[in-house]
Amino acid sequence: MPWDEGLVNSLIYDEPDPRLGRVLGYAQAVNEALQVMLEKDPSVFVLGQGVDDPNAMFGCTKGLKERFGSPRVFDTPLSEDGMMGVCVGAAMNGTRPVYFHNRPDFIVLAFNQLVNHASKMSYMDNGQTKVPLVVWSAIGRGWGSGGQHSQAIQGMLMNVPGLKMVMPSTPFDAKGLMISAIEDNNPVLIFEHRWLMKQKGIVPEGYYRVPLGKGILRRRGKDLTVAGTSHTLEMAMRALDKLSPEGITADVIDFRTLKPLDEDILLESLKKTGRLLVVDTGWLTGGVCAEIGCLAAEKAFSDLKAPIRRVAQPDVPHPAGYALEQYVYPNPDKIASSIQKLCGE
Amino acid sequence: MIQYPYQGKGYEFYRDNPTEYPRDFLQSLFRSMLRIRRVELEVERRYPEDQMKTPIHLVIGQEAACVGSAAALRPTDLVYCGHRTHGVYLAKGGDLKAMIAEFFCKSTGCVGSRGGSMHLLDKSVGMAGTSAIVAGAVPITAGMALAAQLLKKDTVCMVVLGDAATEEGATSESLNFAALKKLPMIFFCENNFYSVQSPLKFRQPEGVEIHRRSSGFGMRGVCVDGNNVLDVHQVTKEAVDRARRGDGPTFIEVRTYRCRAHGGAGDDSATGYRDPKEVEAWIPHCPVEMMSNFLVKNNLMTLAERSRMEEEIGREIQEAFAFAQASPEPSEEDAMTHIYQN
Repeated sequence: MPWDEGLVNSLIYDEPDPRLGRVLGYAQAVNEALQVMLEKDPSVFVLGQGVDDPNAMFGCTKGLKERFGSPRVFDTPLSEDGMMGVCVGAAMNGTRPVYFHNRPDFIVLAFNQLVNHASKMSYMDNGQTKVPLVVWSAIGRGWGSGGQHSQAIQGMLMNVPGLKMVMPSTPFDAKGLMISAIEDNNPVLIFEHRWLMKQKGIVPEGYYRVPLGKGILRRRGKDLTVAGTSHTLEMAMRALDKLSPEGITADVIDFRTLKPLDEDILLESLKKTGRLLVVDTGWLTGGVCAEIGCLAAEKAFSDLKAPIRRVAQPDVPHPAGYALEQYVYPNPDKIASSIQKLCGE
Repeated sequence: MIQYPYQGKGYEFYRDNPTEYPRDFLQSLFRSMLRIRRVELEVERRYPEDQMKTPIHLVIGQEAACVGSAAALRPTDLVYCGHRTHGVYLAKGGDLKAMIAEFFCKSTGCVGSRGGSMHLLDKSVGMAGTSAIVAGAVPITAGMALAAQLLKKDTVCMVVLGDAATEEGATSESLNFAALKKLPMIFFCENNFYSVQSPLKFRQPEGVEIHRRSSGFGMRGVCVDGNNVLDVHQVTKEAVDRARRGDGPTFIEVRTYRCRAHGGAGDDSATGYRDPKEVEAWIPHCPVEMMSNFLVKNNLMTLAERSRMEEEIGREIQEAFAFAQASPEPSEEDAMTHIYQN
């Protein structure tokens, strides 16, 4: 699919200033995190369908098998439920698996082990068991991938106690959050977005952590708060750029992790702006935006000057066709239009 | 009509050479089975009091399977099993008081009342845990074996599954992966012919023998009389030795019989899914009494020794129930801890 690469390559990202540090691609940043941790901790291992093939998970796992050997970096049978269970058991018995899936859609096959087992093990075992497991996947968009290759399932898993959920938006975070996820003693899901994979950023060498549960302000402004994660932030900032002639400025919150969620950064920002737009790549109903919106309504009601708004996917399966997809996927225009309405209220 | 008769030969094979095993060892196997039986009967007797607010899945009739297999393992070897937990837990050495306290929903339960009877564990003796999702335990055990292999530990991991668990995809996926990686693992399948009230013939094609499935994955499969503790022990021992040598996993099918309902106290055969005569037909092949007769006949145990065991076990059970009943309830704060690990 050469045209899919073209689509991602055509995305406009700000080129990082090399005077600020070492410039590295997104997938290379993930790759470096894995190298750092495989080097640092002999109990870490990496598995997944195709982690050692020439595509190497968009480059994230490239060269790992050659460097660390096949017992620690290996391809798996096509057995999502079984292999998720294998990861749970391996994590319970002294290792730290990092389990790669091409797409979150395939994680749905493994909900039994993820929801019925991994997430509950610490609680049901009365604290006697830890499951230090990382499950990685990249949300798809475009290329006719359709309803079974483009789903963003973070909303489905947000209400499962015992899981953690990471959605990075920059190469720096992708590396630092991966390291934190591997070192965490709980099952951690990392949902990347396929459209971030060609992004470049400043990424320090070696070991560093970005803590789970700590959001960051990507921009500061006065009129509203735009909150989200991952790919949605790129779209939100382009929307804000379009609106800058109108003088609208916003706090842009990157939660970095949806579970645990940094409530403080949101509530603090709302004290100042009083307006909230939540953006997500998943579905609206019972989803990430709904939860964050409810949190704001419960804990910041007196600060709000306007109804909370959300931009996410409507409740339809993700269509495959190019034109159809444009109607349902969040984009800068939809976000800009929501911002305008919100600021007029 | 008897659909699933006992197919074994009792202790016929051991008649010529009964002293192959030391007397102490034989008595310890018997004692372990007797203890499980007495615990189960007491749990069953007191279940209608409604103080044990937990679903129970009695193991009466299947004691030889639990005891024979566990005796082939070291305390450091790991066992994970399905919902029928009581016998496996006790046979592996799980603490009786903590088990009964778990049934009584007390804070002193083996998992502080968070799991109930379908989630027993005692990590100090290698009873790693249990899952109430059929076949949920199977890939988890494969993962524990993978970790042992990666970390170069000589641990053997055994999953105890039922006949119905072999119908789950996760079991096929685990057989494939365990064979692929030559994991130090044992698939120990207790075929008791029924899943809840569904007989095997409605769930698996006629003529299919469960232990033969593994050969399709290139894995050795064996079948043995699950009511004969020595037979069970022998095949498990061979499988453990192979796994520890690095020769990979084994699938063991033991054929045994559930003498009670799937869950709860008493037998529910009268509801019509199996003939009560079938249950009666298995009674002469009771694993506990068959072993007792064998030992007494061969002068490997006296009736006085058995009586002494009965007394000791009876006392231990009463103490465990007293401990459970006297234990404190968990507090409201307890409900909110250990959701995450630090």
